[in-house]
Amino acid sequence: MTQIPLLSVKNLRVEFPTRHGVLTAIDGISFSLREGEVLGVVGESGAGKSLTGAAVIGLLEPPGRIAGGEIRLKGERIDTLSPAALRRVRGKRIGMVFQDPLTSLNPLFTIGDQIIETIMTHLPVSEVEARKRAIALLEEVGIPAAAQRLSAYPHQFSGGMRQRVVIALALCAEPELVIADEPTTALDVSVQAQIIHLLQRICRDHRTAVMLITHDMGVIAETADRVAVMYSGRIAEIGPVRHVIAKPRHPYTVGLMGAIPTLSGDQQRLTQIPGAMPRLDAIPDGCAFNPRCARAFDRCRQERPNLMPAGEGEAACWLVDPAEGTTGEGETA
Amino acid sequence: MSAPQPQPVVEVRGLGRTFDVSRPWLNRVLERQPKAFLKAAQDITFAIDKGETFALVGESGSGKSTVAKLVVGLLEASAGEVRIDGIDMRRQTPSSAAMRDLRRRIQMIFQDPYASLNPRWRVDRIIAEPIRAFGLEHSRQAIAARVGELLELVRLHPRDGQKYPHEFSGGQRQRICIARALASRPEFLVCDEPTSALDVSVQAQILNLMRDLQDEFGLTYLFISHDLAVVRHMARRIGVMYLGRLVEIAASGDLFARPQHPYTRMLMEAIPDLTMSGRPRRAVEGEIPNPISPPSGCTFHPRCPLANDRCRREMPRLGRANAGSSTVACHAVEEGRADAGP
Repeated sequence: MTQIPLLSVKNLRVEFPTRHGVLTAIDGISFSLREGEVLGVVGESGAGKSLTGAAVIGLLEPPGRIAGGEIRLKGERIDTLSPAALRRVRGKRIGMVFQDPLTSLNPLFTIGDQIIETIMTHLPVSEVEARKRAIALLEEVGIPAAAQRLSAYPHQFSGGMRQRVVIALALCAEPELVIADEPTTALDVSVQAQIIHLLQRICRDHRTAVMLITHDMGVIAETADRVAVMYSGRIAEIGPVRHVIAKPRHPYTVGLMGAIPTLSGDQQRLTQIPGAMPRLDAIPDGCAFNPRCARAFDRCRQERPNLMPAGEGEAACWLVDPAEGTTGEGETA
Repeated sequence: MSAPQPQPVVEVRGLGRTFDVSRPWLNRVLERQPKAFLKAAQDITFAIDKGETFALVGESGSGKSTVAKLVVGLLEASAGEVRIDGIDMRRQTPSSAAMRDLRRRIQMIFQDPYASLNPRWRVDRIIAEPIRAFGLEHSRQAIAARVGELLELVRLHPRDGQKYPHEFSGGQRQRICIARALASRPEFLVCDEPTSALDVSVQAQILNLMRDLQDEFGLTYLFISHDLAVVRHMARRIGVMYLGRLVEIAASGDLFARPQHPYTRMLMEAIPDLTMSGRPRRAVEGEIPNPISPPSGCTFHPRCPLANDRCRREMPRLGRANAGSSTVACHAVEEGRADAGP
């Protein structure tokens, strides 16, 4: 039993220098992941969830850059590694699954070539062993007739099957952490369920931790142990999934949960959060959510809240600050 | 059927569309390939009452959007008919006055609000276009006033008419699309995945707006979506499509409480459950087959746990199911085999 978390991110800042000044896309976020844990990262487009994943695995697109904070994998800094050293971590210790399986596979090589190459890059095995391992991996992710399919090209697979191949690729080198960025968004519901089950099963079997980035709260509810809700480049609320879904503390999470149509069909109207997420060059003072928040008061407009304990989790909201004397539970009906 | 039947505004009967997806002639000759056809929609029959929302759900490639385009006349049907208020659209000459009036009464809202607004036009010109095209207002002031009114209707500011589409967010653009659709005072709106490109909080704004507008103007909606929860929220009746065919039509409540067709049941089980009731989920088998060479008999049989020889041979037709308001196209349901399973 180690005390060191598998992944720990502290005060991470990601900036984009532009002609009109520096935009802060991720503004001091901190979280950690234990071994074998599934952390859901949820938020609307532009909240910074994909950037967080990209920063952890060192794939920020220039001019984006890490401007502060630290990322540690098992206690070892990985944000300051040289590009060559980072390449060895990426793929070997951290695997990645992207949204669109068609663009994350090379159309000119057979999937066998791609998997065998990846295995041989990261593990000291012969080509024959690598081939055996590739077949075993493809069988594990549920591709029928795996041995024959090795010589097939990506376009010969359906979307769901391609995503299975991508998952097999991410797992090639037995990574400790898999970052899955919207792994099911491009898929149909019936296939989506298959892929979620697959991710869940494989990560449980291999004790792999997963950072699951998605905008779909339903996927998080099914899969994750903990969830971080992101808004405007910061974590608004983080905590155990059940807790965040059943008793959200941050008004943004409350609004988000009410805005999702449910299958019970008992909602007459969906909760509406007025307005939209602010643009990066116009993030309001104080709490970034205050112009859209029905419960904002003076302090919210002046001072930016950091994560503070709220129930079983943490929320970045002055309403849960004990100094304010409110519990933040007022509207979580 | 005890209640007095309201007059259906839209009646679709036996509607079908086949696309020719053959290789070029020379390739076919050299490679000795036959012509290939894709039946995107087949034998689609439904009716929508006035003021009602009827939804079509299905996965990609099930033919929902094809049906939407057939209903508004953006695609020509290969078979069947669409009647709006009893007028058969295919029998009318395209330039006739009746057809012109029909077009005014049917409008469409598309999925991608980034692609469906002309980026070179100011918003007021975009919204005024249907007003001018149908000659609903003539003077400049009257048109401007009507545009302002429409913008307010979709909760935008009349001054927003001076801006260009790129100055708006996705949700605001979809509001502009709705304002444009309402400009010709339509009665029937076909909405093809109107919120699929939007974030949940913005989706909620648009769905609420659409319901408010329906109450205010008595609009009839054909609502197309792949998202069962959205459909549940919006529609009174729902049609489930699979590989170009309707496999089940039911009242919204019945469909979710007692899904009949094995495909509908499978879809229901596949939806991630937000309430985390711990309900066990069965993994769904297989994927949608290639529509160019669909399976024989019932096109769902390769994925269906209840399939037998009859299902592999014979195409089931929509028929009344034993319980509730549903009509289902399934041999197993018809023979009562479906209830034996879980």
